[in-house]
Amino acid sequence: MDLVYQLLFTGIGIGSVYALVALGFVLIFRATNVVNFAQGEFSMVAAFLMVIFAVDLEWPYWLSLILSLGGMALYGALFNLGVYYPLRHRTYLPVIISTIGASILVTNSTLALYGPQPQVLSNLLDFQGINLGGVFLDSQYLLIICVTAVLVAFQYWFFEHTLLGKKLQATSQDKEMASLLGIPVAAMIMITFIYSAMIGGLAGILVAPILFVSIHMGGTIALKAFAATIIGGFGDVAGAIIGGLALGVIETFGAAYVSVPYKDGFAFLVLVMFLVFRPQGIFGERVAEKA
Amino acid sequence: MTSMVDIHRAHAQSHKRGLIAYILFIGLLVFVATTTKFDAYVTNILMQAVTYSVAVMGLTVVLGMCGQINLAQAAFFGLGAYAVGLGTVDYGLSFWACVGIGLFIVLLFGAFLGTSTIRLGGHYLAMVTISFQQILTLVMINWIPVTHGPDGVSKILKPSLFSTPQSYLGFCVVVLAFVGYLVWHLPETKFGRAMRAVRDNELAAGVTGIDVQRTKVIAFAICAFLGGLGGCLFAGGFSYVSPDQFSFAESIVFLTMVLLGGVASPIGAVIGTGLLILIPEWLRFLKSIPGLYLAIYGLAVILIVLFMPDGIWGYISQKLKSLRQVMRFSADVPELELVQTQAHADDVLVVKTLSKHFGGLKAVDEVSFAVKRGSVHALIGPNGSGKTTTLNVLSGLYTPTGGTVVLDGQDITHAPPHIRTSVGLGRTFQNIRLFRSMTALENVIIGGEREGNPVSSDALAQEERARAALNFVGLGDRAEELVTAFSYGHQRLIEIARALAGNPTLLLLDEPAAGLNSTEKMELRDLLKRIAAKGLTILIIDHDMTLVGAVAEHITVLNFGRCIADGDPVSVLNHPDVVTAYLGSDANAAH
Repeated sequence: MDLVYQLLFTGIGIGSVYALVALGFVLIFRATNVVNFAQGEFSMVAAFLMVIFAVDLEWPYWLSLILSLGGMALYGALFNLGVYYPLRHRTYLPVIISTIGASILVTNSTLALYGPQPQVLSNLLDFQGINLGGVFLDSQYLLIICVTAVLVAFQYWFFEHTLLGKKLQATSQDKEMASLLGIPVAAMIMITFIYSAMIGGLAGILVAPILFVSIHMGGTIALKAFAATIIGGFGDVAGAIIGGLALGVIETFGAAYVSVPYKDGFAFLVLVMFLVFRPQGIFGERVAEKA
Repeated sequence: MTSMVDIHRAHAQSHKRGLIAYILFIGLLVFVATTTKFDAYVTNILMQAVTYSVAVMGLTVVLGMCGQINLAQAAFFGLGAYAVGLGTVDYGLSFWACVGIGLFIVLLFGAFLGTSTIRLGGHYLAMVTISFQQILTLVMINWIPVTHGPDGVSKILKPSLFSTPQSYLGFCVVVLAFVGYLVWHLPETKFGRAMRAVRDNELAAGVTGIDVQRTKVIAFAICAFLGGLGGCLFAGGFSYVSPDQFSFAESIVFLTMVLLGGVASPIGAVIGTGLLILIPEWLRFLKSIPGLYLAIYGLAVILIVLFMPDGIWGYISQKLKSLRQVMRFSADVPELELVQTQAHADDVLVVKTLSKHFGGLKAVDEVSFAVKRGSVHALIGPNGSGKTTTLNVLSGLYTPTGGTVVLDGQDITHAPPHIRTSVGLGRTFQNIRLFRSMTALENVIIGGEREGNPVSSDALAQEERARAALNFVGLGDRAEELVTAFSYGHQRLIEIARALAGNPTLLLLDEPAAGLNSTEKMELRDLLKRIAAKGLTILIIDHDMTLVGAVAEHITVLNFGRCIADGDPVSVLNHPDVVTAYLGSDANAAH
């Protein structure tokens, strides 16, 4: 029974990371109506920034964290200007293709600069973890779960109770109407990209000590996060979080009881099952085009 | 003046000449490929270019013509390659049998992926194809007993008929030429037009009678098929396959090839493939730094999408087109005939207690009315009265919450749009929805190609019908122009012609007068009268009371989703509830 609890804890921990990245996905999707296929690279780039600052330069963790997140804000802004903004009046297809191009560009530039060896980032906290009646709660997993919970609460408050949050919501619902009301739509989209890059980056930094920091971490995380958004219901914020957690748990149990080499395959399997049998996800959003 | 048949004969002749020239050209290529002495390196490069081109043409079909994405072309390519590799090496099957098995497997996967996800739209398809690609790579690497794992399959034999590398190359060139010929002519076929219609405007495609899902699934399956075919040829050509040759990165390479060359034409596919196989060979030194080479690919993708959306061939063909004169058509076309089906009943359309609720909002609330055969029936009401919602329920874009819709004796309450069209529904849109990359003629031909149209489905008859429909709305002499070159009012007329070409039993017009100036409105009124004179039943929705009053014989009025009056124009327009709905009630007179 302890094993089940242990796996559940691990699954929720890793699922929290998927949930964070999925959240970034959904925010950009709602603001631009486009799926960003370079979302996972937000996490990868942030993890590498962390390695540069904290490991290579041996700066303190707190400073490295601030610098990395600041770097991600800049990265999000550049990403918007280079990859999305020039294409904003075209259909979704060119934008998808351009984000895929960005993903390939960033992944392989990192490879060219840093080489294929995975980098190691140690736990952010000093203590190892807590032993709770046979279940070992690793400090890094605990940290991930706590940070995710705080971020989700913050985001709820931000979108529902601040003017900026409401402007962002208005932009995602109807850009034309929002701009007629005097909301600077371009700036709102810019903020969305910056914020999305930062939470994606934070997820990457949090998960880095668990996984290795490698150029492939972005693609894997992005696919899981996308599967999470499908499970939850596409475009739904609560759905993304629950989908992410569910996927983390499914995957952990799958790896423990079914097969380790195919661990990454479970996400895709779940994804396809949902697409076939319940495409609108758990929280069901049906999109109908108006005539 | 010449007849349509003469013109078609002339077209067929020039087509034949083109085909002969093409065959001669391919013959020359095959001759060069088989007889010139290449060293092994050059043969390999050519072999790669030819087999990749076949797969890239699959993307021309799915992405260029149908507007759907496929990020797993390398997976399909790999399935074909492994079928040949494992089949010939491990199971001792003949090359040709393996090609057959490989193509069957690829089609099966293509159809499965297509049917399960295509209805959900582009983003899903992109992600699902990536997932499929990743799963397949995992299986190739980990299912060692069957796939040989990371080591791959070696010593694959060529078919005995083409046992030398260069004769095999010649064979591959012939296959490529054949595929290229089919893909080149695909856009002008009925299915090709359907794909382009889906790409240009999915909603309008459904309403003009195209089965959108089926079209997308078939396009996707064709793409997978060509990917698999390319892979089969590749395995024979290189006699060694391994999982890393068919990874996600390779899918991106395929995508880059088609984008660089131009998605619209198989020539673009060949140009893009050729360049992206040659350039890296010239820039081999880049491969010394891992990642750099693919990073440049990624950058190239972004730059192409930003600055050269039509690719190299798109750019060239644009230049060529501006040099060529648009051919004007001058042939006798008979007058448009609207064949009416045998009357099943007096009423063409019967709507009974129809409701559509959005959450708590009752946009349409138990509305009933009937449209008499041969009449012009108007549905009017102030803003927000539920007119457009009713129309969208009638044409199948919304599913009703309750009630029934019967068209010409058939219950179509839950039928998808294209089925309604095949039963005899034609419609236009308030905000014009034409297929914007096509000519007026092509738009109207698509309307005529609906299932169930009593006009012969023969290409000549269809074109003649489309021209007759364009003549009928007064645009016959501009048939060859792109629809985007027409004014707003004329685009509306093309939409009407598109519906008329399909010989509808009932024509639904959604605010046809919206956005027209007063002259255009007068023309529209006359046109509607001419259509009505041919006996076609019309249901018109509009605000314009002068238009409605001039053409309608029967009016139904909606307000707040309910039917408040129904009858002949004079009595309805004087009905106190209608006056109240439109002009508001007199506060003093009330109570």
